[in-house]
Amino acid sequence: MKKNWWKYLTIVLLIYTVVAGFLIEAPRLNILNESIRNLFFHVPMWFGMVIILTGSVIQSVRYLSSNDLNKDIGADVLAKVGIWYGVLGLVTGAVWATYTWGRMAGWLADPKITAVFVTLLIYFAYLLLRSSLNDEQKRARVSAVYNIFAYPLMISLLFILPRLAENSLHPGNAGNPGFNAYDLDSRLRMVFYPAVIGWTLLGYWIATLHFRIRKIEHKLEEE
Amino acid sequence: MFRKLVSKEFLIEWRQKYAINGILLYLATTIFITYLSLGVQRGLIHPLTWNSIFWIIFSFIAINAIAKSFSGDEKRQQLYMYSLVDPQMLFAAKSAYNILLLTVFGLISFVFYSFVMGNPVANTPLFLINLVLTSIGFAAILTMVSGIASNAENTATLMAVLSLPIMVPLLLLSIKISKAAIDNFEILLVWKPLLSIFALDIIIVVVGLVLFPYLWRS
Repeated sequence: MKKNWWKYLTIVLLIYTVVAGFLIEAPRLNILNESIRNLFFHVPMWFGMVIILTGSVIQSVRYLSSNDLNKDIGADVLAKVGIWYGVLGLVTGAVWATYTWGRMAGWLADPKITAVFVTLLIYFAYLLLRSSLNDEQKRARVSAVYNIFAYPLMISLLFILPRLAENSLHPGNAGNPGFNAYDLDSRLRMVFYPAVIGWTLLGYWIATLHFRIRKIEHKLEEE
Repeated sequence: MFRKLVSKEFLIEWRQKYAINGILLYLATTIFITYLSLGVQRGLIHPLTWNSIFWIIFSFIAINAIAKSFSGDEKRQQLYMYSLVDPQMLFAAKSAYNILLLTVFGLISFVFYSFVMGNPVANTPLFLINLVLTSIGFAAILTMVSGIASNAENTATLMAVLSLPIMVPLLLLSIKISKAAIDNFEILLVWKPLLSIFALDIIIVVVGLVLFPYLWRS
């Protein structure tokens, strides 16, 4: 009961996000209008993805310093959840973009979407690398090295390059109305930050369940 | 020690000239096929297309040139090296050699490419600085990835799949800068992306130096 407090917190936060996210009064911004509620579902996916992938890298570092295979499974599981968050972020973004950008053609050209696509490619490559190595220790070591090596490049892709690009359709970029630090409505913040924490914790929760399944499978294989 | 390792790489390369000749031929064939399939007469191709095709060709040349960096060494030889030198030293030497190799290949492909497809570049020094900076980053990434991929069976596929996505940040920046070079921008006007490429180069080399000993432990 005491150990699981964060699971209850996740449930409470997500219920709050969904209820309040749909019921609070949205600020009237040009073009965005009610669709700004996607802020509570789409944007937390990216925050969650980056935090969870960072967790995966931390597990890889811990594997290299301890040689504990559990850490390696942790890195693998977290990377998979991170990929899922990336896909979900793209889907929620695509639904939103249909109604605000009004077109699907050319949506890949947006620098943020390109960056996410390449991030997904990096982690698919990571999974491919894992599946092509058979020896357990070797797989753990080599994939940990790749995971850590790719991470700073992925971060540069996600955070630096979109800011260097001139044009983006995303709110807050290139003069579009949006939710930058100065115009993020305080009522939106009341829901946005809990949403980020809630969705990230949910991802971690999924990862722990997956981790336990992997451990059971591992045990069954040994018997 | 560092110098000896680099000169050892040169010596091996010189002994088996087929590797370098193979890359040169690969370079010539790819560029010529691009020329044929685009059906361009000299100078008729749009500068932006010229630019992106050059960088795509260059990244594939880089992957092919460096892919054999570790798989070329025999297992026994690797073991011998392991007992002899510090892995960080080995990584530094290998990447230094690959940086030189790639810079030379970059220059050759630039010359040959502009010979076949025409040359819209107005600010050549900027283009060359960009080429060298990108070669450093590519070489360091690919040396590391070749070390990673040499552990698995399907080295060739893994090499491309593992390295291309992490080369994208460098690739995007260098395309941006060389576009500026085509439009005859001053160097001072593009200091931001130039600095970013330089910073990325340093990050890649440092992370490689830190991680390589773990890779080499087997």
